[in-house]
Amino acid sequence: MNRRKISDALNALSSKKAPKYTTYVAAIVIFLALILLPPIVGIFIKFGSIQQIFNQPALMDRALIAITNSFIVALLVSAFDVVAGVPIAWLITRGKSRWLNILDALSDIPFIVPTAALGYSLLLFWNGPEGVSALFGGSLISPGWLLIALLHFTFSFPIVVRVMVGALLDYKMEFERASRTLGASPFTAVRTVTLPILRPALIASYILSFARSLSETGATFIVAGIFENGPVFLQNIKNELAVSSPSLYEGATVFTSLILIVVSLTIFAFIRIFGSRLRLPIKGIWPSFERKLSYKKAEASRNGITLIVFFLIVLLPSLFVALPAFQALSNGTLSNALSGSGIWSVYWQSLALSYALAGIVTLLSFVIGLPMALMIARRRFGRLTSTIFDILVNIPLIVPSIALGVSLKFFWQNFTFIPEFMLLVFAHLAITYPYFVRSMTAAFERISLDMEEAARTLGAKPLSVFRTIMLPLTKYSILSGAIIVFTRSISETGATLAVVTNLQTAPVVIVNWVKQVVPATPSDIGLGCGILILLSLAILLMLRFATRGKGRY
Amino acid sequence: MPDVRVVNLTKSFGKIVALDKISLEVHDQEYFALLGPSGCGKTTLLRLIAGLIKPDSGEIYIGNKRVDNVPPEDREIGFVFQTFALFPHMTAWENVNYGPRVKNFDLKEAGTIGHEVLELVKLHERMNAYPSELSGGMMQRIAVARALAAGAKTLLLDEPLGQLDAKVRNEIRYEMRRMAKDLNLTAIHVTHDQAEAMSISDRIAVMRKGKIVQVGTPQELYMKPNSLFVANFIGESNFLEGSVADVNGDDLVIELRGGAKVQAIGNGVAKDERVVLVIRPEIFVVESESTKKEAPKKKNLLRGKVEKVTFEGTFVRYVIRLESDDTVVVIKPSLTEKWFDVGAGITLSFTPEKVHVFPYPDAGLTEEIAV
Repeated sequence: MNRRKISDALNALSSKKAPKYTTYVAAIVIFLALILLPPIVGIFIKFGSIQQIFNQPALMDRALIAITNSFIVALLVSAFDVVAGVPIAWLITRGKSRWLNILDALSDIPFIVPTAALGYSLLLFWNGPEGVSALFGGSLISPGWLLIALLHFTFSFPIVVRVMVGALLDYKMEFERASRTLGASPFTAVRTVTLPILRPALIASYILSFARSLSETGATFIVAGIFENGPVFLQNIKNELAVSSPSLYEGATVFTSLILIVVSLTIFAFIRIFGSRLRLPIKGIWPSFERKLSYKKAEASRNGITLIVFFLIVLLPSLFVALPAFQALSNGTLSNALSGSGIWSVYWQSLALSYALAGIVTLLSFVIGLPMALMIARRRFGRLTSTIFDILVNIPLIVPSIALGVSLKFFWQNFTFIPEFMLLVFAHLAITYPYFVRSMTAAFERISLDMEEAARTLGAKPLSVFRTIMLPLTKYSILSGAIIVFTRSISETGATLAVVTNLQTAPVVIVNWVKQVVPATPSDIGLGCGILILLSLAILLMLRFATRGKGRY
Repeated sequence: MPDVRVVNLTKSFGKIVALDKISLEVHDQEYFALLGPSGCGKTTLLRLIAGLIKPDSGEIYIGNKRVDNVPPEDREIGFVFQTFALFPHMTAWENVNYGPRVKNFDLKEAGTIGHEVLELVKLHERMNAYPSELSGGMMQRIAVARALAAGAKTLLLDEPLGQLDAKVRNEIRYEMRRMAKDLNLTAIHVTHDQAEAMSISDRIAVMRKGKIVQVGTPQELYMKPNSLFVANFIGESNFLEGSVADVNGDDLVIELRGGAKVQAIGNGVAKDERVVLVIRPEIFVVESESTKKEAPKKKNLLRGKVEKVTFEGTFVRYVIRLESDDTVVVIKPSLTEKWFDVGAGITLSFTPEKVHVFPYPDAGLTEEIAV
């Protein structure tokens, strides 16, 4: 009965104002102190060093070109992703075949696979002698901008599909049916009614894919060759200058990070403000042409092209690393790996580190993110405060993660007593926290306020309401949010590289192997990636299993 | 047992004043309706009583205890939402048992209560169904059962029948009253449907624009409306404009627009004052013009022509164009009275005691009766 007493006491406490608001205020303070302010303060501490780079015009040009490359790739690739992702989302939500469930699951794979493994897989597929290049003799696509574009297209693709599937499921078909009854052909109805209504989702998916492309470091580094974008440049100068000329390195880093941050925030704000005003070309109607596009034949070929793009450009290259991984099973690499000899002991350590880190970060996101999400969704401190925090929380999502990591490093290195592992936790928390808060805010907003009020009038204290109504109704969102946080943390390379000197997470080890910083055979790399991917697929299956069926109320 | 009392209650949302210094008393075990057009503040008042929102100023008492600062869970009220707000992740049984559970009732006792209330709403056989598997009427009954199981002494019903179709609505509204009466509950029922309020309430408060216009039994509101608004909102009325030609105590002579003079009973108006005469459609006596000619000159006689006839089953509804060019609506039983055809010349007469006289409103008649 002791438990009963404790829960009674907690319940009674929760209906008092002070403890309730203390929880929210604590969540806000932790968010500001741990996530939002350190990178901002960090970069301003080192702001003075920025003049170092002005004395080095060649380096500055290199930085500016790299930054420009980042934005060109991100802007273009995200557009391609939306164009290619929407038809797949369409097929998944509107198609009738049972196989589409499998397509739905498959489309998540490039999201779940850690990007470093994905990068290596793509490198093998497009460039390696075993891949498609074998068909053409010589390597088809060399490391460089095209391979980077393909890579970014691949890992952003699932984001677009996920967002659009969600939006299409929520969409009320009445609008489209109304358009059809008024005489529009299916294609016209979609173009003039459905897509304009789904515009917010289209914009959101574009922004997310854009942010992801700007941030990604590990895999990009693997496939970059001599080509440089922002994150690759930051990583290169770390290798080139950090030891030989630390102050120039700092200056160049601050300069690059600052421009990356400011420009991406500007673009984000621009899209947010003007995206919603953008007029889609819906005025013109071409009835006979669009009616043709709506024919069965046209529809079939559209679906065909969509599927071919998905399987040949997204899925197959993503999983191509399975080939060397299977070879590794028979040529003795596996026994090396299992015995932990040579480079493999570091691998297993890094794997343990990565998963421990991801676990801790997920837990922390949950603890400090949940009150924040509730505060935003239920406007506990008024509408204005909610709106402000809604925007603030999303900022780390838009900022390139390596720039975020660099700024965090500048801030936390002043506190030498903080162990490196904690720096990793802080960096990953800053990157993953917005994902969790976003998905939980949306989930809480979906619960009608009536539910909470009904529970209150039936005698439930605020804490009971949370425990018996809010949590059960959002448990699938919590689970999927947690899994997103977890996989995102496992994948993260840019911020990791920026904040650590000694510790190595799994993706960092993969990058080092591929770059031959540590000599590793193709079998080693293949198996290393294979293990990471297998573990990730296990997580994906868990996610599917847990959210299947009941998830939607 | 609780009576509910509010004193000088005020609530604004931003610049909009939802409730303006409302005072009201609901008696113990009364079935009370808050009636008014949408936006009149009736739901706000109900939510204030429940404690779901806080008043800007004023006092709320439930059973003589001041509850302004008592959270909703401690007010011993049951609230039935327009959307029912059944918890989608719980079965009907779990929903019903939720109140007893969070209030830490003894498990056995909670079980007994659960069975009792499900019996009461006759949904025992569907206790294991999820809300998504129940019809609207069933969800409504579970919502009521859930409120009752939590030990509510006061039942607050926010448009509880609004989401049901007409036939089910008519059946369930009597059910609601019966249950409240059987269990000796005080019930406050918010609705915009005057027929619903009239048929089940002991008393009704008619609200408009954040104020209470009139409180009374259904009969009082119908027979003695205190304003043009109530006369229009409760039931149906004809409004004829005129001025007071003569005053003799309560006996008035009104000269209507068009010149006809009629007698009426009323007070609070002076000679030559501009007034509105309110006449219910069913109190007119209708006779053919031709028979009238031979009859002695009667008072309160209006002449006109039948412009439109609508058969409504039990009643026939006539629209009559008067000589003054005003139109009035007349309702007559369809089977026991003579019918008149379109175009027929007729005379209308009425007894002075059954009409009401109000001063012509400053804001204009249309504005005054607008819902």
